[in-house]
Amino acid sequence: MASKFTRSNGTGWLMAGPAVTLIAAFVIFPFFFAIALSFTNQRLISPNPTEFTGLANYRQLLGLSMLTLDPVRDDAGAVVMKDGAAQYPALRSFTRKNPKYPQLDGMREWFAFDTPFGGDARTFILARDVVFMIAIMNTVLFVLVVAPVQAGLALGLALLINQRLRGINVFRAIYFMPVVVSIVVVSLLWKLIYDGSSGLLNSLLSSISFGLIPPVEWLGDPSTALGAIIAMSIWQAVGFHMVIWLSGLQTISPTLYEAAAIEGASKWQVFRFITWPGLRNTAVLILIVITMQAFGLFAQIDVMTNGGPLDSTQTIVFQAIDRGYGKQDISGASAISVILFVIVLTISLFQRWLTREKT
Amino acid sequence: MAKISLKNIKKSYGNVDVIKGVDIEIEDGEFCVFVGPSGCGKSTLLRMIAGLEDISAGDLVIGKTQVNDLPPSQRGVAMVFQSYAIFPHMTVRENVAFGLTIAGASKTEKDAKVAEAARILQMEHLLDRRPSQLSGGQRQRVAIGRAIVRKPQVFLFDEPLSNLDAALRMDMRMEIGKLHQQLGATMVYVTHDQVEAMTLADKIVVLKDGKVMQTGAPMDLYHNPANLFVAGFLGAPSMNFMNVEVVGVKGDVAEVSSPVLGKVRVSAKRGPFAVGEAAILGLRPQYITLESGQALMTGKVALTERLGAETVVDIGLGDGTSLIAALPQDTVYSVGSDIAVGFDGDKAHLFKAETLPEKGAH
Repeated sequence: MASKFTRSNGTGWLMAGPAVTLIAAFVIFPFFFAIALSFTNQRLISPNPTEFTGLANYRQLLGLSMLTLDPVRDDAGAVVMKDGAAQYPALRSFTRKNPKYPQLDGMREWFAFDTPFGGDARTFILARDVVFMIAIMNTVLFVLVVAPVQAGLALGLALLINQRLRGINVFRAIYFMPVVVSIVVVSLLWKLIYDGSSGLLNSLLSSISFGLIPPVEWLGDPSTALGAIIAMSIWQAVGFHMVIWLSGLQTISPTLYEAAAIEGASKWQVFRFITWPGLRNTAVLILIVITMQAFGLFAQIDVMTNGGPLDSTQTIVFQAIDRGYGKQDISGASAISVILFVIVLTISLFQRWLTREKT
Repeated sequence: MAKISLKNIKKSYGNVDVIKGVDIEIEDGEFCVFVGPSGCGKSTLLRMIAGLEDISAGDLVIGKTQVNDLPPSQRGVAMVFQSYAIFPHMTVRENVAFGLTIAGASKTEKDAKVAEAARILQMEHLLDRRPSQLSGGQRQRVAIGRAIVRKPQVFLFDEPLSNLDAALRMDMRMEIGKLHQQLGATMVYVTHDQVEAMTLADKIVVLKDGKVMQTGAPMDLYHNPANLFVAGFLGAPSMNFMNVEVVGVKGDVAEVSSPVLGKVRVSAKRGPFAVGEAAILGLRPQYITLESGQALMTGKVALTERLGAETVVDIGLGDGTSLIAALPQDTVYSVGSDIAVGFDGDKAHLFKAETLPEKGAH
């Protein structure tokens, strides 16, 4: 028997119909479809029938192994040195069809370190998909820097513009402006700013240092590329979060500030005892929003560096798009999306738990 | 403990003058109530004493110091707000101890002072609760607790009871009165409720449009209002006003009459009045009698309100005006019946003719 909810609300369902259909078609269905695809070997366009492959995509993406090797020694037992460093057996001999190490087949070195307490031994971390591992690490680094710095700067700006001063709206507008400009346009502009030979940033640095700072190829150098993208990303969205902080600030009753003024609280005490506790819910919201947006880092990469140089700006979403459409591996891309979903969900739940209301 | 003196205090926002030159002397330990209709500037005046509003002109002295330009915290004042302004994320204990925390007091000192304040306000059992778990009256107690814990020279109350329901308001009113006796501090209290003003005050300041209408002890203001506004503002139901003509003057007594009123002698201390002058006769509803023996006018009963201990009768007079009488017992009058109206001329007030204050100004 139909419940009262479904039976007596025909008109209601009819009115909700278009929205429900669209949400179902473009949000709910793709979400579950992506999960389903991630367990297959589906390609974007392929004559072969789709096969269920279980967790193969996830194993391919996340497969990690550790291998500890002793250095190569000569007949006398001394370590063979090459270019001032100990030489180790070629990894290729373990990862290419070595019957003793079938689990390492097809893996590549991600990074290596001297084995702790292991003498001359060296530990190699092998990944089945090194680029994806780099993408995860880059994304995590991006989030770890952007979330606190962007939230902090936005709060600082919000506190500055939450004053009754003549012309304060001009400042509000200026800080908010980058948010309304398309990220693609912003990325193109910053590509010019970061340009190695004639970029604004290099000219500025050169002129304020009287030519002492040499021009840097900001986006062409693996050591500066991700930093450059982090800086411009923080700049671009800081105004948006400033507005959210501002709305939080304005929910705090002005009489609380008056009460504090009468009690003689200093500016810092006012912030510490009234403003910050009053912003608790806003802070949770902002941290979660920034984290989710930061994990979705794509447009800047696509426009400015394409993941390079030397994979130094690979990110999870860039990998998903690159794989799904560039390499036509839609099932692998789906698996990446699912992994991203799980990461973001876990972090959001953790943040909520950390900032929960303590009763 | 301190006296407060306001000398020619003014406040303007741009071209708009809100406070237009106010002189008030509040003695040490006095309970002074600012009362007046909404928008009369009473809260602004209080906030200027607190230091939350700048003073445009004039002198404000608390104790012996001119405090015009001192920040609120250095004026030795504590304030209780209409919205309580207690910090929602702190327990009652932390709220009460806030001023001490700010000043960096030790934990033992805080505990002792909070305990004392809690004892005075009988809220020991509330100390570990959060504001969201408190009723309106309890929140107001916390706000008062935060004020008394610092032992200020001056307490400022900004309509502290207006967010409470009627029964609670009466309880808290009495508690604030007791608190004043207990602490002996100077208190300045803003309200639009004349009952609070009459019951609590040592001195009432009646304000209107940023000016002081009259200052004095409650009963002085009630029995000798200086002008029509004060006469109409204090007392409930408010005073009746009638246009009359002076027909004879003899010292402090004048003889007046009007189309509905026969010749009658009334006290006329606000003179001098001249024969033939138009004047306004003020009659408190409580001093009107409806006994046929003392009839001075006649009217028709338009409405009666029986309150048990008191009966309020609305009487329509011959010229279309109406008169309110409040009789000190439960009496039944049938609506529409003719009635004789009398009053005691000694308790009537005769005012120089000016525009009558609007009815229901408060």
